[in-house]
Amino acid sequence: MKIGILALQGAFREHRKVIESLGHTAVEVRKPEQLEGVDGIIIPGGESTTIGKLMIDYSLLEPIRHMAQAGTPIFGTCAGMVLLAKDIKGSDQPRLGLMDVSVVRNGFGRQVDSFEEDINIDALGEKPFRAVFIRAPYIESISPQVGILAQLDRDRVVLARQGNLLACAFHPELTDDKRIHKYFLQMVKESKE
Amino acid sequence: MAETGTLKVKTGLAEMLKGGVIMDVTTPEQAKIAEEAGACAVMALERVPADIRAAGGVARMADPTVIQRIMDAVTIPVMAKARIGHFVEAQILEELGVDYIDESEVLTPADEDFHINKHEFKVPFVCGARDLGEALRRIGEGAAMIRTKGEPGTGNIVEAVRHMRRVMSEIRRIQNMPEEELMTAAKEMRAPYELVLKVKELGRLPVVNFAAGGVATPADAALMMQLGADGVFVGSGIFKSKDPAARAKAIVAAVTHYNEPKILAEVSKDLGEAMPGIEISSIEPHERMQERGW
Repeated sequence: MKIGILALQGAFREHRKVIESLGHTAVEVRKPEQLEGVDGIIIPGGESTTIGKLMIDYSLLEPIRHMAQAGTPIFGTCAGMVLLAKDIKGSDQPRLGLMDVSVVRNGFGRQVDSFEEDINIDALGEKPFRAVFIRAPYIESISPQVGILAQLDRDRVVLARQGNLLACAFHPELTDDKRIHKYFLQMVKESKE
Repeated sequence: MAETGTLKVKTGLAEMLKGGVIMDVTTPEQAKIAEEAGACAVMALERVPADIRAAGGVARMADPTVIQRIMDAVTIPVMAKARIGHFVEAQILEELGVDYIDESEVLTPADEDFHINKHEFKVPFVCGARDLGEALRRIGEGAAMIRTKGEPGTGNIVEAVRHMRRVMSEIRRIQNMPEEELMTAAKEMRAPYELVLKVKELGRLPVVNFAAGGVATPADAALMMQLGADGVFVGSGIFKSKDPAARAKAIVAAVTHYNEPKILAEVSKDLGEAMPGIEISSIEPHERMQERGW
């Protein structure tokens, strides 16, 4: 399968490595024509304001939004989660605005509060997942059509899925555990069937 | 249990800054212009390097009020500079909650022999380097990100190019060495042996490596990216130019599309005058900021 990785800014290289290590093709996307033929799209971590603005300047916001609405699976990590959300607390920054969730940017505080922690993700099996949160957002409120895959406590959702959209507050691309990428690739595979 | 201040979260933030531009700002208004232009972080300063150079005397950490106001003005990460070896300035910056500390040769060094023990801090550090040995010494002390020193405040890219080329060619040299030669290479570079092994294994620095010190135009920024930088710091280059907002935006685009001459040509148009440049040979060797630190 061919996965497009939005490469305007941020940790796109790490996602590319994971996708390639799982035997799939990864293409870096900086211009609309690079979206041609991709089966799924990853929006990496980085600065959501930077990525959002560059998506507008280089005409990527609308094409990706249309592909998502037509069923192409999209996986957003950290900044990617922010860009997927319909509502961003206290911000009118550019976004894809596809998921019925409300996110809080820098929800855990500044960099000195960044942390890593073992979390449980039932959909991935019993083994805990080492989640790396870097100036991370979280989902504060969620509508019924969005499924919760992991949460830190009752009020803070950190992994959620709505149909073909997957949003993750932490950075699975920075650890060796590839289960979340495999989960996304399974979504991509199913979308083609 | 949640663990903060780990190497993973320190180096991880630098990973998130990649492909981006970090801009020097001295006021909340400038910080907003930088954020609006698409900067991935800002460096909060009292004076930009060109003004520090012109003023002379001792340059120190910025007033915490200046830093705080900039932190309140933007949502992107805020960095601030501490003097080389001045671990108390670093403690103060950590207490303020800045997202990254630059132990910087732009300020007057506080210690001529010892850099800060950066492992002791929860906040990550970025440090300047002119060659691979210097980069690995800083990483050995706990730096989570490296940048070229270049020659700050000059608007002259030649030193940043020299430093980036040197680091990259030394990495290639290490990669091609048989294992038994690495200890001698470590000795000659005055670099920690374990980190030399790591460079051989990875084929790059073990942390993110940005370009800094002399970037004045979109073409300068793209040049550094094509030479292998992971991203770019722009110090005086933006707010010492005629039209900072337009130049900032153009440099952001140039870093994203560094391999697309067509886009580079487009964004380089009508930017107004760049900052005034300084020829390096006109700066006395003892006044060159890159000579600070070891």
